[in-house]
Amino acid sequence: MDALLTPACCVALAAITAVEAKLYIAGIVALVSGLVVVMHRNSVIGALFLVLNLLSVAVMFALLDAYFMAVLQVLIYAGAIVVLIIFVLMLLNVGREPRGGPGLGVRLMALLLGLAMVFALVRAVRSFTPGSEDGGVLTEGYGTVSQLGEALFNQYFYPFEVVSLALVAAMAGAVLLAKRYLED
Amino acid sequence: MGVVIAALTKVLLVALVLPLAVSIMTWVERRGSGIIQMRLGPNRVGPFGVLQPVADGIQFFFKEDIVSPFVHKPTYLMAPAVAMMAAFIAFAVIPFGGTLTLTSGQQVKLVIADFDAGVLFLLAASSVGVYGVIMAGWSSNNKYAQLGGLRSSSQMISYELSFGLAVIAVAVLAGSLRPIAIVEAQAASWWYVVYMPVGALVLLISGFAETNRLPFDLPEAESELVAGYHTEYSSMKFALFFMAEYINMITSAALLVTLYLGGYSVPAFVSSSLGLEGNWLTFAQLIVFVLKVSFFMWLFVWVRWTLPRFRFDQLLQIGWKALIPLGFLNVIWAAVLVWLGWV
Amino acid sequence: MSEATTFCLIVSAVLFGIGTLGVLPRRSAITILMSIEIMLNAGNLALIAVSRVLPGQGGLGLVDGHVFVLFVLAIAAAEAAVGLAIVLALYRLKRSTDIEVLRLLRW
Repeated sequence: MDALLTPACCVALAAITAVEAKLYIAGIVALVSGLVVVMHRNSVIGALFLVLNLLSVAVMFALLDAYFMAVLQVLIYAGAIVVLIIFVLMLLNVGREPRGGPGLGVRLMALLLGLAMVFALVRAVRSFTPGSEDGGVLTEGYGTVSQLGEALFNQYFYPFEVVSLALVAAMAGAVLLAKRYLED
Repeated sequence: MGVVIAALTKVLLVALVLPLAVSIMTWVERRGSGIIQMRLGPNRVGPFGVLQPVADGIQFFFKEDIVSPFVHKPTYLMAPAVAMMAAFIAFAVIPFGGTLTLTSGQQVKLVIADFDAGVLFLLAASSVGVYGVIMAGWSSNNKYAQLGGLRSSSQMISYELSFGLAVIAVAVLAGSLRPIAIVEAQAASWWYVVYMPVGALVLLISGFAETNRLPFDLPEAESELVAGYHTEYSSMKFALFFMAEYINMITSAALLVTLYLGGYSVPAFVSSSLGLEGNWLTFAQLIVFVLKVSFFMWLFVWVRWTLPRFRFDQLLQIGWKALIPLGFLNVIWAAVLVWLGWV
Repeated sequence: MSEATTFCLIVSAVLFGIGTLGVLPRRSAITILMSIEIMLNAGNLALIAVSRVLPGQGGLGLVDGHVFVLFVLAIAAAEAAVGLAIVLALYRLKRSTDIEVLRLLRW
């Protein structure tokens, strides 16, 4: 009955009512799973933890009242991008990274740079002040499809079209790159 | 408090009815295949063999649970649970009836989650379900299972596009992604299958592919891959995959009914001539919904025992070269319909 | 600024750092792609968290952040498709996805 353990945990998590508490749990899960993605030697396990990471970030989106973006995050990232990554991993069968990775110097340098980045970003976060005070009410219909659609097709119409062009270009490029022989 | 109890009751009801429907489906599937192939099918356990699912269940429980020594254990154990959870979660946004008025005056909508982007939620949940298959295929450490997982992931990516296109066309007509709003928009005009028969066909075929049913059951093709991704699974773990597949079928049929065939709505002239109103109308809606979904469940069985399996390259060709262009044409057609003001 | 927003922004910052940690020392090209996805994701989280506390029309919440996240998602999809196609082409050429093999332009 190991298979029943996971749903039980999910039910227990759902029973926690305070939004903040859920947010903290989702954030910690996101951080831990992100670390596993980066650290694990087996890329397939890494990709599965990437799914966990994306799902927990999607939960955070939902808790921040961005329901539509949460659904899109799951649909696009977990449903398409990571499936593609796992597909390539399984197709090439390159799950295990070769032994004898980079030297200690490179690792240390990476750690230092990463920490510096985190430090700088946290400093930036500390100095951020939004224009309004706490306790304001949320806009009517915040995070709904219609509100997003209105912004997208009025204010951001041209950027939207440019993004669609970029997607077409990327698709053509990917097909061309992955083709075995250019003649056929 | 009443809201919480109502919500919990609905969740519990759906969580009980879905497995029950699955067990009925296994009986229908086996008896139906018997009818189609001009043989009897299981007829020994109970009258007409109706207790066969119970016998099957007991058998699943008492079979030895074999975990091969070479599997990647955590992933192997998680995979059936992931498949099952995704199958259950996807059903949460399907409305199966109108509004029930309790004696306390409380109004209960017969849908677990009435959600603004509900249809997309269903797509997202079903796309998470593929991880159950992929995890099972990879962790089994078996080349047939791995091939099954590989096939499943490419099949999912290919058919999700046409699935999504068929859904978008409905959103264009209804002006909403909320399932209840879509059903009510259809009740106010005609069923959307009348306006967009091509879209309904695309959704139906993609539904077959997304649920890995026969003409498209390449991930578990017995003749080539032993049993595909669940080759290494036995006992209840296999039963979980089996149930997840049937629940996915139910959800896919329910989605088709909701988006294109008027969902739970009872036509106005029927309800007025029968004098249905209030809770009686809601019960009638529930029965109508179940009947419509049952028809498509029978269609799943019918098609399975009628059509042969496609080759994998044919499957991808159908997905990319036939269904996706048709889906795009259908979206344009929907836009034209709205532009002309015919809906 | 509320506790929750601060928490989200800090999670986003740390997640971005984790992504960096994956990009710099790893040798598998696909792992590097996944780390980039984590970094994009961290950016998305910051956008969503901030857009909720900015003043919009008739209350809190500016939808522009969501629009940016939508664009990031689209570009991430394009990036993953092209990146994986490059990895496939690389594998055909060198029979490996190890970026240490690609030293043609190195001194």
